[in-house]
Amino acid sequence: MKKTIITVTGKDTVGIIARVCNYLAENNVNIEDISQTILQGFFHMMMITDASRSEKNTAELAEELKNIGEEIGVKIHCQREDIFDMMHRI
Amino acid sequence: MINIFEAKETNQMIENENLDVRTITLGISLLDCIDSNLDKLNQKIYDKITTTARNLVQTGKDIEAEYGIPIVNKRISVTPIALIGGAACKTPEDFATIAVTLDRAAKEVGVNFLGGYSALVSKGMTKADELLIRSIPIALAKTDFVCSSINVGSTKTGINMDAVKLMGEIVRSTAEATKDNQCMGCAKLVIFCNAPDDNPFMAGAFHGVTESDAIINVGVSGPGVVKYALSKVRGENFEVLCETIKKTAFKITRVGQLVAQEASRRMGVPFGIIDLSLAPTPAIGDSVADILEEIGLESVGAPGTTAALALLNDQVKKGGVMASSYVGGLSGAFIPVSEDQGMINAVNRGALTIEKLEAMTCVCSVGLDMIAIPGDTRSTTISGIIADEMAIGMINQKTTAVRLIPAIGKKEGDVLEFGGLLGSAPIMPVNKYSCDAFINRTGRIPAPVHSFKN
Repeated sequence: MKKTIITVTGKDTVGIIARVCNYLAENNVNIEDISQTILQGFFHMMMITDASRSEKNTAELAEELKNIGEEIGVKIHCQREDIFDMMHRI
Repeated sequence: MINIFEAKETNQMIENENLDVRTITLGISLLDCIDSNLDKLNQKIYDKITTTARNLVQTGKDIEAEYGIPIVNKRISVTPIALIGGAACKTPEDFATIAVTLDRAAKEVGVNFLGGYSALVSKGMTKADELLIRSIPIALAKTDFVCSSINVGSTKTGINMDAVKLMGEIVRSTAEATKDNQCMGCAKLVIFCNAPDDNPFMAGAFHGVTESDAIINVGVSGPGVVKYALSKVRGENFEVLCETIKKTAFKITRVGQLVAQEASRRMGVPFGIIDLSLAPTPAIGDSVADILEEIGLESVGAPGTTAALALLNDQVKKGGVMASSYVGGLSGAFIPVSEDQGMINAVNRGALTIEKLEAMTCVCSVGLDMIAIPGDTRSTTISGIIADEMAIGMINQKTTAVRLIPAIGKKEGDVLEFGGLLGSAPIMPVNKYSCDAFINRTGRIPAPVHSFKN
């Protein structure tokens, strides 16, 4: 099953991961891997998730996560894994 | 598995460096619509386009949302209309009714351009070809989204100079017919040598007769991404420079390949080709001129410009062909003036002339593109410029094109404002000396000796 990649970038603040994880749990999206780092003063997080049991499709998840990002002042992207695989793996 | 830095790099390309898929173009064959009754013909064309392309725009939007990559344009190309309308159309006005039908169909399915109001006359013109060409000024004045292209020469056939002469007149009359709208008609009219059958980019897209019933062609873009990558290797030698362009072109093209495969699968239409062109837009940071300046020129147009462009064009292809299973279309760097803020700046500072642009077209696709010239330029002079560009294509066995906009009522120093992706065009001076006697000879220029390969 193809994974869904969720990336969060922005100014570090309390509760970013909690907020995103709560949303994913509510929507039956399983988190398989989380990595995070601070780059050039900005918070970066990437989650590899399995959204195959979610009732929402990738586009809907992406739209709602984007809105959550706007509420807490960070940028959240939710994209299918293929775009990264195509670009970075031969 | 993908790591956080790779994810960051991809998203930074999309967000900050204008990486996008420039167009998904659905090619549709209209050969099965041919009818000797004009009303029936128009109805069949409308039905075929609106049926085949009904999901095109939505499919594009879905892919955009799921992968997070902008797909700027969704477009359609059709079989050259001179072939389709020949049996039914007895006058230029008859042909113009087909243009109106195409425009209506384009609006119905929600695309922003439809190409293929075209004739292929590289050796000779049929009656239908000539009627279609003569209908172009009215057709482009009456429609918003229809694009027209005429192939007047090829390496195999030589150059049809009768068609070149006629096109000089048609370019002028198209400008006259749309003079109240920034002479916009001419922005939708291209004259080609060696036109490809599978080009997804406008205004020159048409669905060649060698193609299947329907096909998906994708044009990728990303001048901003290349520029950003090169800004990190300033001062390095040519090996590093070329390697950087190749790697970047590979990554950009892979995204195009993914989008093309997905669009093809979802629409149930075969995948045709990826066009590897670097296509600029008027947006800041999305400029081919900026790349050339990043390579080391104070301004585009400076000595070294042609060499830098040749290098860029070749490395983009070398990186891109590895990334896609089928490459086609125009595949090279585009150098339109009005659609590239860096080119506009170069013209305004007096660094870039039509003559230098002509030299640049020898080493890249496509040709003299989106160049506004003074409104009093004679039609024979326009034909002369077309003939020069066609000769470059014919001799070098490459596609070349001309998209000139005579700015009716305006002169050098004025500006035409098209808006959107077409940008704004400063009016450039044209050599004042006449080529009337050359253009007024009739017939064609024979094919060059190196075309006889059998």
